[in-house]
Amino acid sequence: MSEPNTLLERQQSSAHPTAETDSAALAALVRRRRRRRWLINALRLLLLVVLIGGWELGARLGLIDPFFWGRPSGIWQQLVTWVLHGTAQGPLWVQIAVTLEEALLGFLIGVVLGISFGVLLGRNAFLAELLGPYIKAANSIPRVTLAPLFAIGLGLGSQSKVALAVVLVFFIVFFNAFQGVREVDRNLLANARILGANRWQLFREVILPSALTWIIASLHTSFSFALVGAVVGEFVGSIEGIGLMIQNAGATFNANGVFAAMLILAAVALLSEIVITALERRLLRWRPSALSEVTL
Amino acid sequence: MQHSQNKVSSASPPMPRSPLQEASGDRRPTGSAPVIELRQVTKRFLTPRGQTYTALRDLSLSVAPGEFCALIGPTGCGKSTTLSLIAGLDSPSAGSVLVMGEEVHGNDPRIGYVFQTDAVFPWKNVLHNVAAGPLFRGVPRREALERARAWIARVGLAGFEDRYPHQLSGGMRKRVALAQTFINEPQILLMDEPFSALDVQTRTLMENELLQLWSALSASVVFVTHDLEEAIALADRVCVLTAGPATVKGIYTIDLPRPRNVAEIRFDPRFVQLYHDIWEDLRDEVMISYERAKHSS
Ligand SMILES: Nc1ncnc2c1ncn2[C@@H]1O[C@H](COP(=O)(O)OP(=O)(O)OP(=O)(O)O)[C@@H](O)[C@H]1O
Ligand SMILES: [Mg+2]
Repeated sequence: MSEPNTLLERQQSSAHPTAETDSAALAALVRRRRRRRWLINALRLLLLVVLIGGWELGARLGLIDPFFWGRPSGIWQQLVTWVLHGTAQGPLWVQIAVTLEEALLGFLIGVVLGISFGVLLGRNAFLAELLGPYIKAANSIPRVTLAPLFAIGLGLGSQSKVALAVVLVFFIVFFNAFQGVREVDRNLLANARILGANRWQLFREVILPSALTWIIASLHTSFSFALVGAVVGEFVGSIEGIGLMIQNAGATFNANGVFAAMLILAAVALLSEIVITALERRLLRWRPSALSEVTL
Repeated sequence: MQHSQNKVSSASPPMPRSPLQEASGDRRPTGSAPVIELRQVTKRFLTPRGQTYTALRDLSLSVAPGEFCALIGPTGCGKSTTLSLIAGLDSPSAGSVLVMGEEVHGNDPRIGYVFQTDAVFPWKNVLHNVAAGPLFRGVPRREALERARAWIARVGLAGFEDRYPHQLSGGMRKRVALAQTFINEPQILLMDEPFSALDVQTRTLMENELLQLWSALSASVVFVTHDLEEAIALADRVCVLTAGPATVKGIYTIDLPRPRNVAEIRFDPRFVQLYHDIWEDLRDEVMISYERAKHSS
């Protein structure tokens, strides 16, 4: 059996990607791709300019009342003021840090709890059946309504915001992890067992990677929900944070302030999205690119 | 009944004869206990409608050490079910399944199983898929990867170590599955239609390769197939199962000389004779299965 199997080898070398691809055709393809990329970026910029320019113009011409709807230049000014002179509650970066910390903490706790319970119930049919109705009931409650309860119970500090973020994140991650674990290919489980995997290896090498597709998909939405949890918590009662800035701006009829704070939140969410996408790329390298590259 | 001289009762399996095995001498002492033994095994499933479906009924079969046994039968008769019972993935409703003289209880590290459907891990590249078994079993990482590289080369996939399964063809994935199983050097090898997804040329190559690997590993093989030619070309014994519920219809000793060349042996007059005999038996079962499928649809 150590004698070389020439036929197999020949077949294998012909299966290798051919190195001598037509370089001219390739270059043309790359050029066309690049041109398309450039066009799309230019059009995106144009769209943004038209939208913001239209808003500003509308406000200046009196078509849009800047008192209620703000205006881009006012929003910009508000941002500059915050950056240079700080907000009513203190420096801007402190507000961002406070909200981000609450959201991140809530996100992490929610994700860990969600994955743990999702995997536990996904692997344990008895528990799943026992707790199923209660979890569904809990999930159907609009959970932001818990905010006042947390404020009463946990006070005006960051704990009540973290708690709300945890609750919001937990259910999203939980259901995805649960489903992900349930969808694990039975064949793969059997194969791993035959190959010699023990329970822990089975979990780490088969169940988790398989469920990860689902779990990571849920992380995209759940970080936004963590932010919502933190901000809504701050609305209800707090002494600092972006939510309080929005609350204050609203109370003083400062539409530009509301928009400016919203912009900051959007930037934070976008940043987290980039981080999560990078994580996804790394963890789900094994997937066909057509699947993992469908990101908007 | 022209096939009487080959047909033997399933209760007393003949010692398979194979020049290759005899050459290696000591590993098949005459009269040794069977490696796999199914005694009056019955397996029932609960169907979604709440009825029971009997997949196997009173199936008795034994496989000797180092023997290559082919299981053949119409589709849906219970071949995969039989393998999963031997592998300990499922337990019989009645009767007993013994491996190396002991009742099957969970997984046995001495068993290797090549599944009917794709079972390579999509999130592992070829190298780590093949190394999975040794790594699970606690072989040091460096050694496991080294052995995996050797096996990858052996199944003709050198240069593809970094690819993920979705970047391979169906035939290549199958070869990964084979390497993944062989690397554990199982004493018992269960294979469920491992080559049915391959084109004829690759298939012949893989069949020859399998025979070589088998003779080197000195494993006992239970090889499930739809294809009678494949069964005769590879096996020491061919076991024909009835249309579900499966039970043994006939067992045929394949007395073709070894080492065999799968591509050429099909033209051997003895091969043709065996094919003719076994087909007589198999045809009835295939017809029953076909009629049933027609009526139920
Ligand atoms: N988990 C299950 N629940 C209910 N019925 C089952 C289950 N597994 C198998 N069966 C039934 O048992 C019978 C035998 O199945 P099995 O997979 O062993 O067939 P097979 O001989 O391997 O067929 P094929 O050659 O098509 O692979 C089939 O009729 C199938 O429907
Ligand atoms: Mg089958």
